[in-house]
Amino acid sequence: MSSPALQLATEDLSVFGVDPWWLVVIKAVFCFAFLVVTVLIAIVWERKVVAWMQLRIGPNRHGPWGMLQSLADGVKLALKEDLVVTASDKVVFILAPVISAIPAFLAVAVIPFGPADHEISIFGTRTTMQLTDLPVALLYILAAASVGIYGIVLAGWASGSTYPLLGGVRSAAQMVSYEIAMGLSFAAVFIYSGSMSTSAIVDAQKHTWFVCLLPVSFVIYVISMVGETNRAPFDLPEAEGELVGGFNTEYSSLKFAMFMLAEYINMVTVSAVASILFLGGWRAPWPISTFWEGANHGWWPLLWMIVKIQLLLFFFIWLRGTLPRLRYDQFMKLGWKVLIPVSLVWLVMVATFRALRNKGYSFGTDVLYVGGAVVVLLLLSIVWDMTRKREEPAAASPSEAFDPMAGGFPVPPLPGQQLPPVPRRRSRTTSQSVAALKGADEDAN
Amino acid sequence: MNPVNYLYLAALLFTIGATGVLVRRNAIVLFMCVELMLNASNLALVTFSRLHGNLDGQIIAFFTMVVAAAEVVVGLAIIVSVFRTRHSASVDDTNLMKL
Amino acid sequence: MTAALAASLSSQGHSFLSPTGVEIVFVLVGLAVLGAAVLTVSTSQLVHAALWLVVALGGLAIEYLLLTAEFIAWVQVLIYLGSVVVLVLFGLMLTRAPIGRSPDADSGNRWVALGLAVVAAGTLVTLVVDAFRCTWMDLPASGSTSVNGSTQANGEVLFRYWVLPFEALSVLLLAALVGAIVLSRRHREEG
Repeated sequence: MSSPALQLATEDLSVFGVDPWWLVVIKAVFCFAFLVVTVLIAIVWERKVVAWMQLRIGPNRHGPWGMLQSLADGVKLALKEDLVVTASDKVVFILAPVISAIPAFLAVAVIPFGPADHEISIFGTRTTMQLTDLPVALLYILAAASVGIYGIVLAGWASGSTYPLLGGVRSAAQMVSYEIAMGLSFAAVFIYSGSMSTSAIVDAQKHTWFVCLLPVSFVIYVISMVGETNRAPFDLPEAEGELVGGFNTEYSSLKFAMFMLAEYINMVTVSAVASILFLGGWRAPWPISTFWEGANHGWWPLLWMIVKIQLLLFFFIWLRGTLPRLRYDQFMKLGWKVLIPVSLVWLVMVATFRALRNKGYSFGTDVLYVGGAVVVLLLLSIVWDMTRKREEPAAASPSEAFDPMAGGFPVPPLPGQQLPPVPRRRSRTTSQSVAALKGADEDAN
Repeated sequence: MNPVNYLYLAALLFTIGATGVLVRRNAIVLFMCVELMLNASNLALVTFSRLHGNLDGQIIAFFTMVVAAAEVVVGLAIIVSVFRTRHSASVDDTNLMKL
Repeated sequence: MTAALAASLSSQGHSFLSPTGVEIVFVLVGLAVLGAAVLTVSTSQLVHAALWLVVALGGLAIEYLLLTAEFIAWVQVLIYLGSVVVLVLFGLMLTRAPIGRSPDADSGNRWVALGLAVVAAGTLVTLVVDAFRCTWMDLPASGSTSVNGSTQANGEVLFRYWVLPFEALSVLLLAALVGAIVLSRRHREEG
């Protein structure tokens, strides 16, 4: 108990990087195929699930239950006319979808699908179920995600059109600010696992998943991963109600398909990262692992990993089917004024907890200190809340006249305010003829 | 290979960045040139760290990156607020000490 | 020198690059970095300048990897490519960078600047030659992990010897954050 951090920090990556070249090729092809197939399934799955949520039937023409809809969509997209806008910057316009798709594929290289020792055998060679691992694997994932921003930003700019430009600017601001919250939630995991390598982080969750130890980090990560992948309710760069299609308005055919592919692959990647960081990675969920020893060995971990990824994908779809899109300022407020401060405070608490434990204080003392701090914070927030409430009724007094353009935007009336009467033409029943109506209007004027 | 080659690369990169600062007119492009110069010095620092066998050079390079990030944030805020009043991002137009 | 570098490289798990491999990669990436840097300062399309800057900075990250500074390399990708250049692009879009050439991208003192650049480059390169040609640098013995720029080694040095600068930097970052907010706040009362 005196030095758990030092014990955890000894990561052993010697099992990686010893595969023969053909095995590396097989694993790389598997990673690629896994992503593409998962995307194909996820698109149909998303349309079916959203349809069920909206009491529709959804795609049901191609194949059984419409399961081949994605293939049909892909063929349709490939056969469409490939437009390049005259006013665009041609090179960047063509480069942008490629830049957005390639980094999306990179991150999966360090995702572990199974334990980090030679448990499985492919064509007689014992190997790990992971392409490779780095001592800084999560920095690598973050770096790949941040390079992916360029695709969207450049697509928005190179289209030479207003709405795509707005979408590009939005996505730049959005992804940079949500990456901070994401990195902070990673940091809490690093403190507990003592390593940045994915296999070591999964190893550190042998007894307890980090979602139980670090629930706040998990919530923050889940929110920021939705923001990072531009998915509803945070899909502001492509908000079709405001920006036509956002950054991809001017794109068609395979270039558009590449943007969609990148978006869905990013969803798969962040789901995989979520399950690695917080949900025990390839480990079998709790009740199964208690009575079945073999659940975490052999090829079975692949199953648990895929199930976890699919559940997280379902969560994405569920969000999309449930929540309306945020307004941009609400979204930025959520990122900068809620997620980042909360994760900073939480990170300090986690670090304090670990430091106390490294010093050898008992668990009870930890709980006392941390719980005391939480109670003090809660009390402070209650006091603040009470003082704030006292001012509120004065501020929200309904005596003010309703200003339909308050602050430069058209706004609905506040509670207690009355809409001004809408000027309407009197109904025909009072004035029988058009001429009479005219006369009445002139009288009124 | 002689690691001094890295120092040549750093020196040339620094010169290119400095030339850019002298030549370019757009304030944001000036920023990019300053970033090039900072990166050249980072490369030299990492090379020194490699040559001398301790990590101090890498730590200073890390610090430089953090300072560069802070610099970009403040600098862009200044440039954008100047652009709002002057409608130009050219450094030649910004010849008064007030907005 | 070559053998020592190769030995220390191979001792740190970079054995897939033979010494000649390291040299070739260094030369190729170095040329790409220089070319991209020249294009950054010479192209008259502003957004393209930012893209060439991305190429140059990414190449530098590869050079860091060759120097076994793994942590610095990924931090370079994360901070410079992921944040700084994105912010710069953001600034270019906010200041309405046009598609195509900007006629007034360069100032009038181009030739003076070029002359100065040649002089400066000559000075710096001569300086490096003069300072390091005769100095035989000791590369650490192979197997020593002191220059292995892993996260753990960096963290130990950072929090053992450089704690005070680190804390000072955090204050600097906070100041930059506050400064940026104050600068970009719209003054409503002034209109």
